[in-house]
Amino acid sequence: MSALYEAMPLWVLMTSLVTAVLVFIAGEPWQRLRVVFNVTGAVLKLVLVGIMLRGVHHGHEFAVHLPLLPDLAIVLRADALTMLFATLSAVLWLVTTIYALAYLEHAPNRARFFGFFSLCVTATMGIATAGNLFTFFIFYEMLTLATWPLVVHRGVSRSMTAGRAYLQYTLAGGAVFLLGVVLIYALSGSGDFVAGGHLRHLADDHSGMLILIFVLLVAGLGVKAALVPLHGWLPTAMVAPAPVSALLHAVAVVKAGAFGIVRVVYDVYGVDLVQSLGLGDMLAVAASITIIYGSVRAIQQTDLKRRLAFSTVSQVSYITLGIAVGSPLATIGGLVHLVHQGLMKITLFFCAGGYAETHGIHAIRELDGIGRRMPWTTAMFTLGAFGMIGVPPLAGFITKWHLGLGAVSAGQYWVILVLLASTVLNAVYFLPLLHRVWFRASRQEDNGVGEAPPGLLGPILFTGVASVAAGLFAAFAWSPLGWVELIVEREY
Amino acid sequence: MTEHLPVLAVFLPLLGGVLQFLLGSRGLPVWPLAVAALTVGCVLLLVGAVGSNGSIEHAIGGWDPPLGIRLRADGLAAVMLLLTAVVGAAVSVYALGPHGKASPQATHFWALWLLLWGSLNALFLSADLFNIYVTLELVTLSAIPLVLLAGPGKTVAAALRYLQFALFGSLLYLLGVAITYGLAGSLDLALVGPALADGGLAAGLAAGCLIGGVLVKAAIVPCHVWLPPAHGNAPAAVSAVLSALVVKAAVYLLLRFWTEPLAGLSGTLVAQLLGALGAAAIFYGSIQAFRQERLKLVVAYSTVAQLGYMLLFFPLAVSQAWDGAVYHGLAHGVAKASLFLATGNVIAYVGHDRLRELRGLDRPLALSVFAFGLASVSIMGLPPSGGFVAKWLLLSAAVETGQWWWAVVLIIGGLLAAAYIIRVLRYAFLQAPGPAVDVQGPVPSAVMAWPATLLGLLAILMGFTAAPTLALLGGLPGATS
Amino acid sequence: MSSIPDPFGLAAAALLAVGFYGFVTHRHPLRRLLAINIFGNGVFMTLILVARWMPGGPDPIPHAMVLTGIVIAVSATAFGLALVRRSMTQEDGDRREPDDD
Repeated sequence: MSALYEAMPLWVLMTSLVTAVLVFIAGEPWQRLRVVFNVTGAVLKLVLVGIMLRGVHHGHEFAVHLPLLPDLAIVLRADALTMLFATLSAVLWLVTTIYALAYLEHAPNRARFFGFFSLCVTATMGIATAGNLFTFFIFYEMLTLATWPLVVHRGVSRSMTAGRAYLQYTLAGGAVFLLGVVLIYALSGSGDFVAGGHLRHLADDHSGMLILIFVLLVAGLGVKAALVPLHGWLPTAMVAPAPVSALLHAVAVVKAGAFGIVRVVYDVYGVDLVQSLGLGDMLAVAASITIIYGSVRAIQQTDLKRRLAFSTVSQVSYITLGIAVGSPLATIGGLVHLVHQGLMKITLFFCAGGYAETHGIHAIRELDGIGRRMPWTTAMFTLGAFGMIGVPPLAGFITKWHLGLGAVSAGQYWVILVLLASTVLNAVYFLPLLHRVWFRASRQEDNGVGEAPPGLLGPILFTGVASVAAGLFAAFAWSPLGWVELIVEREY
Repeated sequence: MTEHLPVLAVFLPLLGGVLQFLLGSRGLPVWPLAVAALTVGCVLLLVGAVGSNGSIEHAIGGWDPPLGIRLRADGLAAVMLLLTAVVGAAVSVYALGPHGKASPQATHFWALWLLLWGSLNALFLSADLFNIYVTLELVTLSAIPLVLLAGPGKTVAAALRYLQFALFGSLLYLLGVAITYGLAGSLDLALVGPALADGGLAAGLAAGCLIGGVLVKAAIVPCHVWLPPAHGNAPAAVSAVLSALVVKAAVYLLLRFWTEPLAGLSGTLVAQLLGALGAAAIFYGSIQAFRQERLKLVVAYSTVAQLGYMLLFFPLAVSQAWDGAVYHGLAHGVAKASLFLATGNVIAYVGHDRLRELRGLDRPLALSVFAFGLASVSIMGLPPSGGFVAKWLLLSAAVETGQWWWAVVLIIGGLLAAAYIIRVLRYAFLQAPGPAVDVQGPVPSAVMAWPATLLGLLAILMGFTAAPTLALLGGLPGATS
Repeated sequence: MSSIPDPFGLAAAALLAVGFYGFVTHRHPLRRLLAINIFGNGVFMTLILVARWMPGGPDPIPHAMVLTGIVIAVSATAFGLALVRRSMTQEDGDRREPDDD
């Protein structure tokens, strides 16, 4: 029993891997069976993650070692940080599965879609549970490969172009990352994730090399985290079906990059080393540029999903910013945004998908007056947008508040300016949109169609309410903020 | 029993092949399959014995060298035999599809294939230079007629070019053998080392001829010109064997020579030069693969590129590089065989392999496209796969020895591989108005689809089985650690 | 090894050179096959030379190797000639020049 219990991270991975295999085997004709597999897998994973969450909360750390080479092992491990990402993925996977089932109800090639979808979540779980850089890299690349078929799923030339851009960026990023990983292993003999890092003893003799490796690692991870100027693939990847965009932006790909940066800073280098090498400031500047640039570009977009995509570019860098500033409070702000941004952005993308699927709306100007016809969807969209702007007491506010406090405690007052500018820009690209949906007259003929079908609306309501709850009940121990405070307590 | 296993591994398939010639189309396909199964069993026993007891030697007929022939199964030979058995088993099952029914063509296929298998086993087990020459020729002379089985008119020119290069390569090699014998008075791999290491003109000439001859056979740039037409036009089962095993046998010889007779050259300019040839092969092969308009030629040029990785061992020359180069050979063998078999299924279904006209094949040929995808992961060197483990080892070796330029070659090579593979894979996803293909043949049977798929799965699985395989290989010969 | 140029050695070197030159410069398959054979004869000559060098008189092993080599060369050449013939008759049918590199 205890060995089985200890191997929980492996079982969590297996739930979605086995689901992927079963879905591929069931294939196109066995539609109902596939749905059963999918939902069972997602629920099972949620249950397992819940058990793990309880264990980790009580101070247990799960670890599985699979030796690969004499001095190299695949390590799956679950610490508090793992659980933050794993819980987010497990919850959102179930929700997105339900949404995708409704969204793709009559689309072709669903078996292929859901197969790769499950693989994608497997990779995300692997990234969450990876216990060393080598394992992380394996799942990081697996994620790239599993996501590509989802991006090109529609098979039209536009999605092919997007898929090519996606691979060009991510594979090149992966290659740079790999070089960094190999150098770490060559330099220190280990790439294990250890709280506080394990490279400090090398700081005196190899500081130049450490800086080079850090740049390589962050550049490789920055591609997926969409750090400017490595973000080019993200807006074009918008042509993918809405559930994929939702997953890409909220859980899987961009978060994998951001999560990787967290791991590198905290568990490979350690905050002290990063700060003493001057790398924190560098990262903070890169994140700030991304935040501002992404917001400015978002304003210029006329396509709803593209605007949301640039918003992601901007928002994900809050995570990086919080980590780069380096004080405990800023770290809390950054880490909690991993969850907050996920909940808010997935709501927004679900809504965008709902608009597109129900009324064929893609461009922002077509949104006029949609609030009256799809009140529930639009209400959730509004909540998500307010959250992004950072209206108290919503989730985005909690993030920005901690980031601001953290910046002050670290003495980096310029970060406050970045946060203020970003908030203003968020308002500039979200508020006119909200004005349109609620107060303008509709341009479309009323065709009798109203709200999105229940399969779409259910997930929208769930994530929308969850994002509000994350802000409202932030003070509770089981809220994302409460959990992140636990992580930071253990890190520092 | 154990010491006779090397002999059985060689003579079972050889005699089986000869007997198939005599039987004609009688006994097809039961007889060759039985021989193949016995050979696989024999090799597995042999590999198991090597794994538990170390090297096994056997002097045929009790005659000792120099008059007799000595067979030697060490770690390197064992892993190559194992690769041959795995690929051979898959190809034998696959061949039941296209070559299963009694016909003169099928007779030729099975007879030649068994001969080729026996010759390959003999080559891996040979422990002296001249014996290797004979087995090399046996391999060539049974491989080329196999290419011709693709049908009249298609492959004669390709086969002819293959033959010319192969003959020239082996004569060059034989010249090297002659000079070596003159210098050392022996042909035994283990004994000629000191004579070749003395650094004189004759020794250099001998080493040059040995290496040059093998390079021609291994289709290393610029001697690659014969490979793409031959591998790209042969029947699928044959292409798989040629790419996975036959050229690999030549590179195997390079590795073998480098660690025994030519050990004195380690760390010299020659090593860097061989590495440079490898890098050239990687770049040239990948770029050519990217430019091809036919699926099979893409896969064939990919072989040109992938063989280059194994040459990176020579400049790196540490034990990680040794593990990496050999493991790359194994991983590439499995993955490439899968690619060629999957491609064969595409051709069987569509009737051609012109890339631009292949659309939306993922539904009718789901299993084969799946196999292609899995094997591609290994070819691109992405995790989790055998190709990735090999790349990791080679990269570590490059960093460890401070030769970062080889690391750059490895990284760029991986990206180039991704470029030509993805270019192919995207056609599987591309939706086009109208039917996916003009003329549809029958969907390939399970017998043809599953060998490709299983090999593809194995290519992925090899990402996790490196430790036992490398334990069997047993480390860089002569390394201190 | 003697310092006087050995006529056998010279002949072997000449055959090797001519064969190599022929292989590199000619594209016609028949000429190439001939070049390979000339090169092969150079190699066999070298082997005979090696047999003479060996201490203790002519060594039988290189002779055995030459015999084996000749057998292989003959069969390979026969196979090559058959191929050339087949490609010739085929080219008469349609004059397409196969070129894949």
